[in-house]
Amino acid sequence: MKKLLVLSAFAAMLASGTALADTSGKKIAFSNNYAGNSWRQAMLDSYAIVTKKAVDDKIVAAADVFTTADKEVPTQAAQVQNLILQGYDAIVINAASPDALNGAIKQACDAGIVVVSFDGTVTEPCAYRVVVDFKDMGKQEVEQMAKFQPKGGNLLEIRGLAGTSIDDAIHAGILEGVAAHPEFKIVGSVTGDWDQTTAQKAVATILPSLPDVVGIVDQGGDGYGAAQAFAAAGKPRPTIIMGNRQDELKWWKEQKEKDGYKTWSASIAPGVSTLAFWVAQQVLDGRKDIPHDLLVPYLAFTQDDFEAALPKIKEGGVATHEYTQEDAIAAIKANIKQ
Amino acid sequence: MTAIAPGTVPKASPRGSAARARMLRGLLPALSLALVLIAIAWLNPRAISYFGFNLMLNLAIPIALATIAQMFVIAGNELDLSIGTFVGFVGCVTATWLRDAPLIGILVLIGSIGVYALLGALIHLRNLPSIVVTLGMSFVWQGLAILVLPKPGGKAPDWLLSIMSFKPPYVPFPILAALLIAAVVHFGLMRTSYGVILRGSGGNAAALRRAGWSLLKTKIVLFALTGLFGVLSGMALIGITTSADANIGNGYTLLSIAGVILGGGEFVGGRVSPIGAVLGALTLALAASPLLTFMHIPPDWQVAANGAILIIVLAARVLISRRER
Repeated sequence: MKKLLVLSAFAAMLASGTALADTSGKKIAFSNNYAGNSWRQAMLDSYAIVTKKAVDDKIVAAADVFTTADKEVPTQAAQVQNLILQGYDAIVINAASPDALNGAIKQACDAGIVVVSFDGTVTEPCAYRVVVDFKDMGKQEVEQMAKFQPKGGNLLEIRGLAGTSIDDAIHAGILEGVAAHPEFKIVGSVTGDWDQTTAQKAVATILPSLPDVVGIVDQGGDGYGAAQAFAAAGKPRPTIIMGNRQDELKWWKEQKEKDGYKTWSASIAPGVSTLAFWVAQQVLDGRKDIPHDLLVPYLAFTQDDFEAALPKIKEGGVATHEYTQEDAIAAIKANIKQ
Repeated sequence: MTAIAPGTVPKASPRGSAARARMLRGLLPALSLALVLIAIAWLNPRAISYFGFNLMLNLAIPIALATIAQMFVIAGNELDLSIGTFVGFVGCVTATWLRDAPLIGILVLIGSIGVYALLGALIHLRNLPSIVVTLGMSFVWQGLAILVLPKPGGKAPDWLLSIMSFKPPYVPFPILAALLIAAVVHFGLMRTSYGVILRGSGGNAAALRRAGWSLLKTKIVLFALTGLFGVLSGMALIGITTSADANIGNGYTLLSIAGVILGGGEFVGGRVSPIGAVLGALTLALAASPLLTFMHIPPDWQVAANGAILIIVLAARVLISRRER
């Protein structure tokens, strides 16, 4: 009987995963510098859902969220220092600046605190960075385009916010994709700032000077605006790559119902905050083999699965995905292989 | 004895209560700082330690320096809305030129103090409202900061890093620095004869002019001092953050004004207190961030709570100054 008890306890321990015993007393804080747009709201919502369950399941002792009042660097630096004093074991951070927080981040590392940054990552070497593979996303856009437009043709590119690393990476990926598919040619490029209204204006301005385009490669948040600009100009509708926004997927659904319109959609999921949380938990769990730069996949939808995702997205929101502990372990494994 | 009493009591009483109120006003910055510290000690005893004070207060040094900078213009009945972006500009220069080409860096920083002095002259000679001039300048400094450092980055000079991470025995460095700043400025502005003239230019300009003092000169000196302390603030900030960002100082404009007022200063009349301003800056830095973090407020309310704490702290100050009148 006693033996059975011990065995079943052992089995229960195995079933509940390796982390349970080791991090149940650990506290993880989330330092966030801004909460004022739909993407950040979705990021906080996902984080709250996942961490609440993690606390209830006693995987971690606490997972508190701290948002600063402004987008200021000194405020967030002070916040990180206060979190050190609070005795947190790990800090998950979406940083206001890639470099200017390094002083505070270093202090946290020196105090033995695990720091995991995502989205707004930090360059301090002691911190972990969860980075979405934007370059691959750009490349994949052209790959997908080749499926929908096998004959090739002219492409219009919509760029994101100038001077950001994200814009650079997606653009580089698109160029790589076009180099691999010489049947495509980029005939025009506009700046859409990841915003439908800006993209619509920019596309409308360049349209009259363009030859016929078969497709639009973009960065998300700009596809619906581009579609509106083409419709207003009375031009034939090209294949527009989408960016997981609710208005974009809704438009795609309407077009699909009308005439079977085909395209592809991809963007960074705001729920990547939860992946950063699990990475922090894994580091606290004692794993020493985790690389400090983790490249994680973006969130993509295809012709077959986007309609199922659409009802779950808030009006004016963006599709997200809550990551699990297994997702994080898989992502870490994929990065160790590289 | 009994004969004097009826005469002196009514006279002494109003003077006594005014003195009491003045003392209360002088004590208020120290009192509010003590209150915030007690709250922090109660919420998180671990913070009240050498290590804790170092972490909580080191970002208060640049705020204290910016507050002193703001105090000089306020002493002359003016307001500087550009101090925040100026601190950001200095930060960008510190993280780039001051490290790579120290000579150019020093020249640029001295030059920027000169620009401040010229602004003082311009405001006095053309009788312009300082709010308009400095608001305009805030965009100039911001633009220059972006020109110097288009993307966040750069690195603080090593000597600056080692100064700001200096760990003296027993007393945490931020407290030592705050004492030093308060003592130097208090002596200069409150204990020297030219300090009296500087404050007098805000208190009673007409009397000063009649006495033969140059108001142009006092305005230039006050603005140059603002520039000087703005430069010190920017350098201290970069010494702590180790790297710069063109937007790094933007929040300092309003923080510095609130710090001066919380420290017992008035917008007009040359009534300022350097010690109070430093205490005010420390209180604001502690109330806005550590206190808030330790209170465990739900994230949706944190931004509002930050504002509420500022209002409560400043309201206490207003209540006491009203009693004084």
